Amino acid sequence: MKIADRPIADRRCFAPRRSVFVVVLLVAAGNVIVGQPPEALPIKIGFIAPLSGPNAQNGRDILNGFLLYLQEIGSGVDGRRIDVIIEDDEAIPAVGLTKTRKLVERDKVHLMAGALLSSTGYALAPYIDAMRIPMLYPVVSADDLTQRRRSKWIVRTGYSGSQPNHAFGEYAYHTLGLKKVATIALDYAFGWESVGGFQRTFEAEGGLVAQKIWCPVFVHDFAPYLAQIPRDVDAVYALFLGRSALQFMRQYQEFGLKQRVRLIGAGTTTDEHVLPFMGDEALGVVTALHYTAALDTPANRKFVAAYRARYNRVPSYYSESMYTGAKWLVTAVEVVHGNVEDSATLVDALRHVKLTDAPRGPLELDDYGNPIENVYMRRVERVNGQLQNTVIETIPRVSQFWKYNPADYLKQPLYARR
Amino acid sequence: MKAVPFVAVILVMLIAGPPFLASYWVGLLTQMLIFALLAMSLDVLLGYTGLPSLGHAGFFGVAAYAVAVLSTTYHAGFWTCVMSGILIGTLLSTLLGLLVSHVRDVYFLMITLASGMVLWGLSYRWIPVTGGDNGISGIPRLDAHAGLPFAGPVAFYYVTLLVFVVSASLLALLVSSPFGFTLRGIRENELRMKSLGFNTWLHCWVSYIIAGAFASVSGVVWAYYNGFVSPTYLDLTASSELFLMVTLGGPGTLVGPVIGAGAIVLLKNVISAYTQRWPLILGTFYIITMFGAPQGLWNLGRRRRASS
Repeated sequence: MKIADRPIADRRCFAPRRSVFVVVLLVAAGNVIVGQPPEALPIKIGFIAPLSGPNAQNGRDILNGFLLYLQEIGSGVDGRRIDVIIEDDEAIPAVGLTKTRKLVERDKVHLMAGALLSSTGYALAPYIDAMRIPMLYPVVSADDLTQRRRSKWIVRTGYSGSQPNHAFGEYAYHTLGLKKVATIALDYAFGWESVGGFQRTFEAEGGLVAQKIWCPVFVHDFAPYLAQIPRDVDAVYALFLGRSALQFMRQYQEFGLKQRVRLIGAGTTTDEHVLPFMGDEALGVVTALHYTAALDTPANRKFVAAYRARYNRVPSYYSESMYTGAKWLVTAVEVVHGNVEDSATLVDALRHVKLTDAPRGPLELDDYGNPIENVYMRRVERVNGQLQNTVIETIPRVSQFWKYNPADYLKQPLYARR
Repeated sequence: MKAVPFVAVILVMLIAGPPFLASYWVGLLTQMLIFALLAMSLDVLLGYTGLPSLGHAGFFGVAAYAVAVLSTTYHAGFWTCVMSGILIGTLLSTLLGLLVSHVRDVYFLMITLASGMVLWGLSYRWIPVTGGDNGISGIPRLDAHAGLPFAGPVAFYYVTLLVFVVSASLLALLVSSPFGFTLRGIRENELRMKSLGFNTWLHCWVSYIIAGAFASVSGVVWAYYNGFVSPTYLDLTASSELFLMVTLGGPGTLVGPVIGAGAIVLLKNVISAYTQRWPLILGTFYIITMFGAPQGLWNLGRRRRASS
């Protein structure tokens, strides 16, 4: 802070040019001398998520869920207070890596949690492995993190991108009765893997993905992409999130497509982080995900009520991800009796947690470190004046490998753009 | 030559200090040195030749990607990676230099901006090779890859320092050579240099190649330091931040960009730990510097001393 304040308060600081570097080094030295006591009493958890930029809302939701759970447990675990150190990764992998270095090397956190984008997830993995710090990914859904590029120190409690879509492909063919589908999705790993998973099971059952349209992540106008949609398909599968989801829904209706071609999609397209800002254009859209705020179970009703009371908004799957993630962390810390300094034992405990009463339903990890959890088929409906993702079918205990044999599955290449 | 005692003091601190610092600060110093080298290479163009390039992070990124692709996909050896990184970056600047070195001012700015965007687009879209948005992680650690007997952040820091000192010395030789003075002549008055018989086009081209070569060197070091590359390292934001490092520190000097790079890396990392509003503080810092020291921090002190 010294450096930032000085030039503003005192312009003369610029004049002796040597002082800039001297201050730099003094600040550096000061921090080292003060340092941290080697055996700090609180359990320190480092948290990163995008808290600014286009993905700020998703990051904020993740953080809110985390803080809500910590507030519920109150004092801490095994007599040790929990300190959370929060950093903003701006949804840029490079920044995420820099901030993680800071949390691990400067703040000396015992545990890490967070990250939103797959790219950030991949960027952190080698560093996390090298530093041997257990890290929990509540959201990052890159398939290969628990498939072909597994990490010993990273525990994923969210889902793999293709996981709900494997179930959805089969459901779309048999229950929704769709035979021919076009897809339109954001052009990055999450889009490719979700669409790839859907296409695999949908076509295995006999359906056909007639066309795959990819939109750049920073797309502003969907007109050129909507014009490419063939008119003879039974449905359009859409994958968007945040601003792009709102824009897509509106333009899909304005183009007169909503009346003509049925809309289905990935869970994020109608997730609660955007649903309250949508209108009638979202009604009837069927999507698949491992969570919906409208899930009618005691655990979820309690979570939604607490979340609404504290933040005055409906929780999204991002909010639930780190609420459950925090519960997961705390359960593991209890198993090791608060001895978080022994990171090898801790990561082992993290791998063997089983939750039965999470808001989304029961979850546990498979042998590859990905959750086995329910996948919900949801339809957007208006209930009491508000849009919600009503559960129309529950597919229990879905694994990232769907019904395939893991060894055979892993011989296939990762879902890519083509 | 007035800079000599200052440089000597800093150098002694840079050599003696790190063993006493925590690993986080050693890492930060390493980053500063890498970006200082990159900023110096841009300054050859921007400060000495007067060519404002807005695509300079492209060479840095291409070299880093070359190391990443060769070391992960092809499991190439250490020297193959290093030499290919530098060679590919330099070759690219040779080719692009042919395109850009016959235009000046805002046209130069636009063409370098466009070429930088093309390189970014390539890294983002050439997915089979670059992994697209996900980038490439898993670049081997320097000590493991090069077979060094020592490991850890301090060892890496000293390797970086060595590369930095050697490169900075070469650049210092370059800018004080007759060639360097010709570049300054072109910056001040190209028409006059032409009428004196200098081939100004050739000089601009060569300075573009040299700038690209040193940017590639820093890109190679960065790839090993970071263990990860992604398109964000060569996008417009990266290039313009680099531009700011040079203008903030003092274009037309070699010490200036080092100060600029050091200040920005430090501000970004330190302030952001205290407040989420750090871009606001950084922005204010830029504006105040531009008002108070339009020629950069280093030139401010120099001018004042010269006038007194």
